[in-house]
Amino acid sequence: MLYREAGQFKTSYAADMAVFPIRQDRIALWLLLAFVFIGIPLLANFQIWPFGSEYLLRAILVPFLILSLAAIGLNILTGYCGQLSLGSGAFMAIGAYCAYKFGTGVNIPLFGLALSIPPLPVLPSILLGGLMAAIGGILFGIPSLRIKGLYLAVATLAAQFFFDWVFARVQWFTNYTSSGSVNAPQLEFFGLFVNTPIERYMLCLIFVVVFAMLAKNLVRGNLGRQWMAIRDMDIAAELIGIRPLYAKLMAFAISSFIIGVAGALWAFVYLGSWEPLAFSIDRSFQLLFMVIIGGLGSILGSFLGAAFILVLPILLDQVPHALGIPVSVETVSLLVFIVTGALICWLLIVEPHGFARLWATAKEKLRLWPYPY
Amino acid sequence: MRAPAASDIAAGEAILSVKNVSLAFGGVKAINDVSFDIKKGEIRAIIGPNGAGKTSMLNVINGFYHPQHGQITFKGRTRQAMRPYEAARGGIARTFQNVALFKGMSALDNIMAGRTLKMRRGFLWQMLRIGPALTEEIAHRRRVEEIIDFLEIQAIRKIQVARLPYGLQKRVELGRALAMEPDLLLLDEPMAGMNLEEKEDMSRFIIDVNDHYGTTIALIEHDMGVVMDLSDRVVVLDHGVKIADGTPDEVKSNQAVIDAYLGVAH
Ligand SMILES: Nc1ncnc2c1ncn2[C@@H]1O[C@H](COP(=O)(O)OP(=O)(O)O)[C@@H](O)[C@H]1O
Ligand SMILES: [Mg+2]
Repeated sequence: MLYREAGQFKTSYAADMAVFPIRQDRIALWLLLAFVFIGIPLLANFQIWPFGSEYLLRAILVPFLILSLAAIGLNILTGYCGQLSLGSGAFMAIGAYCAYKFGTGVNIPLFGLALSIPPLPVLPSILLGGLMAAIGGILFGIPSLRIKGLYLAVATLAAQFFFDWVFARVQWFTNYTSSGSVNAPQLEFFGLFVNTPIERYMLCLIFVVVFAMLAKNLVRGNLGRQWMAIRDMDIAAELIGIRPLYAKLMAFAISSFIIGVAGALWAFVYLGSWEPLAFSIDRSFQLLFMVIIGGLGSILGSFLGAAFILVLPILLDQVPHALGIPVSVETVSLLVFIVTGALICWLLIVEPHGFARLWATAKEKLRLWPYPY
Repeated sequence: MRAPAASDIAAGEAILSVKNVSLAFGGVKAINDVSFDIKKGEIRAIIGPNGAGKTSMLNVINGFYHPQHGQITFKGRTRQAMRPYEAARGGIARTFQNVALFKGMSALDNIMAGRTLKMRRGFLWQMLRIGPALTEEIAHRRRVEEIIDFLEIQAIRKIQVARLPYGLQKRVELGRALAMEPDLLLLDEPMAGMNLEEKEDMSRFIIDVNDHYGTTIALIEHDMGVVMDLSDRVVVLDHGVKIADGTPDEVKSNQAVIDAYLGVAH
């Protein structure tokens, strides 16, 4: 079937406002959802290649899903609202450690009085972890009302270093374990236990699909337009009645909430046990590269960027091996830096909207094919 | 306290008046003790040579600049300076001399953004995009489509505005201002850089807005023909000072105005 919208007339604004107004796109989306929700579990169940081994699920798909989620969060702040942030790692850490605290019971001694919350189930713990990250995001977003661009990036960098320090030094957050490393609680959701790789994959998938849908709704609604207006021209935005205070802090809050939830999932579902290093400045840069490469201001781009950044090192590692060229681990990590850096430069010059825009342009060409216009 | 609605003010009464407004940037006096008013329902032109202080005047009116002296009375409330958000909420919309659209957004989204103040649903509803949130979005989309039809920009509604030619960008910007359903519309050189045909279209839109919606309009324009055709009254600024105020005919024959435009030394 050709990729055409001919004959598909929109009869209502609701239909015109759909995320995928072209029928072929909708069909493709349903097929994709069916594959990821039903196909992959079936393949894994019957041990069919490439899902026979656990490697693909455990080492690629689970981190891909979680980092996609974090990239969506960062994209809301940086891509949609135009506020550059280098603190994503910190907000992931807040989500992870606070979820851990809520999961193991919070006890705050206050001059004899003690505030204590009994251990909560995993789901509320994760969501509360996100909420704490949102509060942190709002606090560290306040400078954005006065400063912009690189200066703001420095402020968010301060958040990164501050929380790196907090979680490494304040032992209350790690329940005073001697090693400083903490273990995730048993993953139980409404009586269901999540242990095997396929179960972990399904859990992350559900989170990602739900959050991606909610995020997509937000960015194409009134708040999303306010964010983009602030990003593109904050003065004009104010003159049409957008309040920068509200719009920016909402971007920080919602972005950090999503990143916090992603952090909690990263710790609980992917790592299982972790140290503060898991959420260092490297993570912040990794997420930033994902949204730049994938596409600033695009939910789809968040997935594309996460896939690229995760798959690139694996490709650079495996391809030379398959070709019989011995490459050391150091060379691979160096190559990853070089390729990523070069690609970012190229994209920023040629297509500042990343893979997502290249994809949209390709679709546009396909829609008109074989005519140039 | 409720700000009086524009409907409380009878047509022909002043909806806005500025009194003895002065604005300086360091040593530069951009506006020097200027007073004038804008009556409800009229098209009021502000003219003057480059650097006369016209744009600064609009910036004072919608709260982007805060004058050092003077008072602004809008819909019966007097203050020394407006605030941008309050001006917008009070019903002042504007376009800019150098188009100030949201470059990364489509024409449709730009105009939809103009509806911000009229949309009520909180972010949780927007996130779910069901029920009342969807109803609201569709209702506002319908209003915006009326504006799009009115401005004859149906074909470009989904195009990112950065990719539009200048003339169309100016139209989209007018659309965004109209989406606010303002009581007072400030237009800063809406026809600058346009060809004759585009100017005629734009003139038609301005007259129609004034006629159909009864929107009061303050207009900065260089093309004297346009000013004479469109406006009910004209205020003339030169070097930050008001040198004339009256009907187009009165202003045209005013000696000070002729001198200012011919560059006679004073
Ligand atoms: N933000 C500003 N900072 C400094 N000077 C300004 C600023 N805005 C306007 N001016 C000065 O005020 C004077 C009036 O400018 P403007 O209002 O733009 O004139 P017009 O719109 O009539 O051409 C000019 O001398 C201009 O240089
Ligand atoms: Mg000007």
